[in-house]
Amino acid sequence: MALLEIQDLHASVDGHEILKGVNLTINAGEVHSIMGPNGSGKSTLAAVLARRETYEVTGGRVLLDGKDLVEMKPEEAAREGVFLAFQYPVEIPGIGNAYFLRSALNAIRKQRGQDELDAMDFLPLYKERMKLLEMDDKLMNRSVNEGFSGGEKKRNEILQLAVLEPKLAILDETDSGLDIDALRIVARGVNAMRGPDRAFLVITHYQRLLDYITPDFVHVLVDGKIVRSGGPELALELEDTGYGSAEASVPAALRA
Amino acid sequence: MSTAAKETGNENAMATVTGKLNTYLEAYGELAAERQERDPLWLRQLREDAWQRFHAKGFPTTHDEDWRFTNLAALAKTPFQRAAKGGVTVAAAQIAGFSVPGAGCRLVFVNGHFAPDLSEVCDLPDTLEICSLERAIAKAMEGSAPDGSESVGCAPDGIEQHLGRYADVRRDVFTALNTALWEDGAYLRVHRGAVIDQPIHLLYVSAGAEIMTHPRTLIVAEPTSHVAVIEDYVSIGGEAAFSNSVTELVAGQDAVVSHFLVERENLAAFNISTLRLELARGANVSSHSILLGGGLVRNNVHPVLAGEGAECLINGLFVGAGSQHLDNYMLVEHAQPQCSSRQFYNGILDDRARGVFHGRIVVHKDAQKTDAKQTNRNLLLSDNARLDTKPQLEIYADDVKCTHGATIGQIEEEQLFYLRSRGIEETSARNLLLYAFAAECLDRMADSPAREFVASLIGERLTELARNHQAAALAAPEELAQPAEETQNWEGLG
Repeated sequence: MALLEIQDLHASVDGHEILKGVNLTINAGEVHSIMGPNGSGKSTLAAVLARRETYEVTGGRVLLDGKDLVEMKPEEAAREGVFLAFQYPVEIPGIGNAYFLRSALNAIRKQRGQDELDAMDFLPLYKERMKLLEMDDKLMNRSVNEGFSGGEKKRNEILQLAVLEPKLAILDETDSGLDIDALRIVARGVNAMRGPDRAFLVITHYQRLLDYITPDFVHVLVDGKIVRSGGPELALELEDTGYGSAEASVPAALRA
Repeated sequence: MSTAAKETGNENAMATVTGKLNTYLEAYGELAAERQERDPLWLRQLREDAWQRFHAKGFPTTHDEDWRFTNLAALAKTPFQRAAKGGVTVAAAQIAGFSVPGAGCRLVFVNGHFAPDLSEVCDLPDTLEICSLERAIAKAMEGSAPDGSESVGCAPDGIEQHLGRYADVRRDVFTALNTALWEDGAYLRVHRGAVIDQPIHLLYVSAGAEIMTHPRTLIVAEPTSHVAVIEDYVSIGGEAAFSNSVTELVAGQDAVVSHFLVERENLAAFNISTLRLELARGANVSSHSILLGGGLVRNNVHPVLAGEGAECLINGLFVGAGSQHLDNYMLVEHAQPQCSSRQFYNGILDDRARGVFHGRIVVHKDAQKTDAKQTNRNLLLSDNARLDTKPQLEIYADDVKCTHGATIGQIEEEQLFYLRSRGIEETSARNLLLYAFAAECLDRMADSPAREFVASLIGERLTELARNHQAAALAAPEELAQPAEETQNWEGLG
């Protein structure tokens, strides 16, 4: 059974249809990349998978390990193993990073039937993963993302990923706004988390991230549909020719 | 006042209000007779002056600028009675849940009367005097407590010098009413240089229907002393009581004092409290008001920075749900140069609750180099909750720094989704966000048992709020659109 099975997914925001029939199958252990121009629906797909309620699913099915993901609340999806690294991580003044992440981890561990971790048990894990992301210990007790630089926020997302160990990690334009050093650190964090039980869906606008995180599959999303799929070489081709060519190469019969 | 009364003119409205003063008149008459023998002349004169003031003015209406957002009609028309001494018996078990872990002495007052059996006079350093105000005055008159017992640490020195010298009966009718009618309260004097480690707990208990109490507290912190006091208002049972307290806190030169006001009465209670702070040179006073309970609450905080270089923190959190009405009236007076005041009030309002923040800063002519700041932040959890915020600056000096700001917002959906997307359940996520907002007020308190105590009260209240939200979300939405049964409405134009 596939880890994630998306069948003819339609989704709208405020009555506007953004996703117009997406089909995608992701197996455990695979890294998929979704590329596409602005406004093609990449972030909408990420939001739907993370069960953001402002995005309404109007048709199709999404199965996670055979369970209906569309029926789940955001927290249920998270506990079933979905993780979204936000394009714009949210600042939450007054809630400490470590406290927040431990609460999240315990919610997920509870679902898995594991014991909750107290602060003392949690700390070594947290510190080790911070080291992986080259994050300053001082950030640990600061409020979630508050006063973090753009790069620190993105690293914090991957840190959360590394601690929560999801089945399906969705990276929504994690590379945007990152300098090359931060990009390398983020990519190293992601690569360290690759494994046979985990799949990644890497949403990006640029090929650059894929130099560091090599995908198994690349899909091109245009106007709410996947118009082309291929291997990593497709990303390189797009870099040269742009998304117009991807769209043009879709056989006329497949276009709506 | 009601709209109808407004339309028929002030005269009529006034008549309506004064017409309900009978029970207060009776109470004053009874007390004046008792006091003829018992009270010193200066006190009787103070009371008589205050009574005349109250009697002439009656309760304020919403025409009064200071009461624009708070309608007292329901308070004015209820015939509250003073409670007889010992009229209600409260067992220790009934108040066991109100204790403050880590507190030192505790004085308990039931319906305005000192309850020695419920109080805990701790290991008293001889640098601290704490007792019932009534006993201290009786001792001054007769040389012993009225019941003959020697109450610990009850030297009445300083009472005449301070009592009623700061809380101005001409400024505020509730201060006048309290001054005329108070029967007891706490008297606390911390000797020069004394450091009292454990917070002092003053527990004011209301029990019974339509009972009125006018607790009076006097706290004198002599120069360079340190003390923390928790003034705590609670109810036993769900009946409406009216508590009208006045506290005068005098901080001597370089004294460091923390005052906590905790309002956690039942939702039918009327609570009007006035805290008058007098700061001498270099004194550092923090006022923390935590309003969690009460139906109609007015929290007056009035610091006067009367000595050069004094510092005052005016910190508060109010959390209202149902039809609670929580009105905060701050008047910060800078009278001398080089003083700083910091006001931070956070409000959380749910359901049809209403909040008011009135922050007035007056900088007098001589108060050069004043540094005054005021911030009021509010979170509205329901479309029917309402907050009125009104900053007011009056500056008569020319070299000052004064800032003020207010915000009103909702829980941010972005933040809520972020937490939920990490597996945190919606109720917990809301609770976390609420708690983080409320915790801003805790961050401004020094680490102490008092802080831990209010932190746990706030936590409980917010958990309750989040739970109600979840319950409301599960209930049929069309039922929620209707106002729940018959509810009291404290709004200005009821």
